[in-house]
Amino acid sequence: MDTLLGRYKNLIVLAAILFAQIIALAMQVRRPTGEGETRLIRVWATTAVTPFEKAVVHTQKWAHDKWNGYVYLRHVDNENQQLRAEIDRMKLEQARLNEDANMARRIQTLLAFKEQYVENTVAAQVIGTSGSEQSRVLYIDKGSSDGIKPDMAVITPTGIVGKIVQVFPGSSQVLPINDQLSGVGAALKDMRLQGILKGAPNGTTSLLYIMSDEPVKPGQEVITSGGDRIFPKGLLIGTVASVEPGKDLFLNIRVIPSARLDRLEEVLVVTKIQEKLPDATDLGPIRASDILSERLPGVPVAPNVDGAGNLVGPAGAGASPTPSNAPPGTTTAKPGTATGTNPPTAAASTARPPAGPGSGVTRATTAPAAKPANGSANAAAGNANPASPPKVVRKPPVTVPSDASPKQPATPPGTQENPPQ
Amino acid sequence: MSSRSVPFRGSFTSREQVSVYEFSWLATIFIPLAAIFIQAFLPTKIRWLPIIDLPMMVVIFFAVARRNPISGCVMGAIIGLLQDLLGGPAHPIGMYGITDTIIGYMASSLGVKIDIDNPGSRFLIVYGFFVIHQAVYYGVGHGLLRQSLQWSWSHVAISALANAVVGILVFNLLDRFKQR
Repeated sequence: MDTLLGRYKNLIVLAAILFAQIIALAMQVRRPTGEGETRLIRVWATTAVTPFEKAVVHTQKWAHDKWNGYVYLRHVDNENQQLRAEIDRMKLEQARLNEDANMARRIQTLLAFKEQYVENTVAAQVIGTSGSEQSRVLYIDKGSSDGIKPDMAVITPTGIVGKIVQVFPGSSQVLPINDQLSGVGAALKDMRLQGILKGAPNGTTSLLYIMSDEPVKPGQEVITSGGDRIFPKGLLIGTVASVEPGKDLFLNIRVIPSARLDRLEEVLVVTKIQEKLPDATDLGPIRASDILSERLPGVPVAPNVDGAGNLVGPAGAGASPTPSNAPPGTTTAKPGTATGTNPPTAAASTARPPAGPGSGVTRATTAPAAKPANGSANAAAGNANPASPPKVVRKPPVTVPSDASPKQPATPPGTQENPPQ
Repeated sequence: MSSRSVPFRGSFTSREQVSVYEFSWLATIFIPLAAIFIQAFLPTKIRWLPIIDLPMMVVIFFAVARRNPISGCVMGAIIGLLQDLLGGPAHPIGMYGITDTIIGYMASSLGVKIDIDNPGSRFLIVYGFFVIHQAVYYGVGHGLLRQSLQWSWSHVAISALANAVVGILVFNLLDRFKQR
């Protein structure tokens, strides 16, 4: 027996070590939560390694900053001039985008559309990786002591990076979007088609569950859809690189992430996302294009007429529910804003820019769901505040009151019609 | 400096005795740790580095230098498990452990039979063991854990070539720590 053990000693040791590790693997598969002994031993290992990685990264950054900030200053003047020109150009673009954003916020307010805002971020440095091709996790130098928690989004200015999967006291583990376990709610920016962005074992990313009859083309931008409740909606993910027919009626869309996942140095961890209604009260004045966009075909409000067919009040007044009886969020026609022969009243003209002749549209205001009474009251009283422009929507069909004249002719959309005198 | 020689009748080398090297305890501890640290840190700066497996090279080097199968598989298990600890959620602890254990055992068994001081033999050893390493890893991940791993012969061949070239340099560097 001793001879047998001695002869196969090496193989017995090998088998014992392999058996122990296979049992350990099986226990982890049984308990895939990441808690317990596995989690603790990972904490130990990460805690042991990260101080060295932090030291190297921070020393390198310090040296890089000193070199570029004090020694290597070639072409800085040219670069400054280029950057100033870029800033001037971007200021113009920002002004235009601000107008668009203000209008979008007004519409969102009217629709009670909650928007997700990135409120707080923590800047972190990438200090390490798993070091293997199969697992593409990254390590950053911020951990639970900095307020980092699992499932927080990690982004860069150029695009999203991934999410936090494990948090240690002084570091965190990030699962990038090109890892095979990663999944992100994504959408094609132009087409608004939603799918799921998945990583592959070879490090590529694909947008899944887009039907094969959709005309997706390379170069289209892919953004977050917000459906995963991790990434705020609208963050850039990347661009479509190739589109091929896949299986099960879905396209196989390969996406190139816009963030350089293989050369990350600094990232932002989104520590707080606030979901709120956009505040339309501090928006600037409404621009002409907004007014023009409101001039859409609609049914004019029938004027108030008495039993003899005489006009007794400004057009639309009869159709307007009073603030007291208007249900929250309902559309309220503004008195005296029907165009045509009736000139706009002073109140209406101060609250809104007057509609041009020939618009043939009755403008309507509506109160946001949160403030129905005030909005209606302001609109009814013409209480225009330049700082808080009235909320504007496309006018829905206004219900003609029952006491309106049955002789009121039907108005074709977009035509100007004089009220009966 | 200490040296031992073990006679081995089945050696493929022209020598009748193959030298067995020893290492200081400092080198035994810090070389694997340094390899794991470099493997985890440098890919943040060098994008293609994950295809190079420094810990595996260290396992092969120690195994063929010591020429002791038990020592080789224990060293492989320790280095592999340390490497596993830095893996992500898709990487259960034990995958590299099992792989490096087998590599350590095989390398030490082979080291008894051939001379590994020759750059050509080192190239072939690292190339061959990298392919075996990938195959065992794939087998563990796909067979035991049902992971969706991909196997690409071209990728493995190119990676093995890169590892073999780097392996010659690493082995020459690690030769300085040998004691004989």
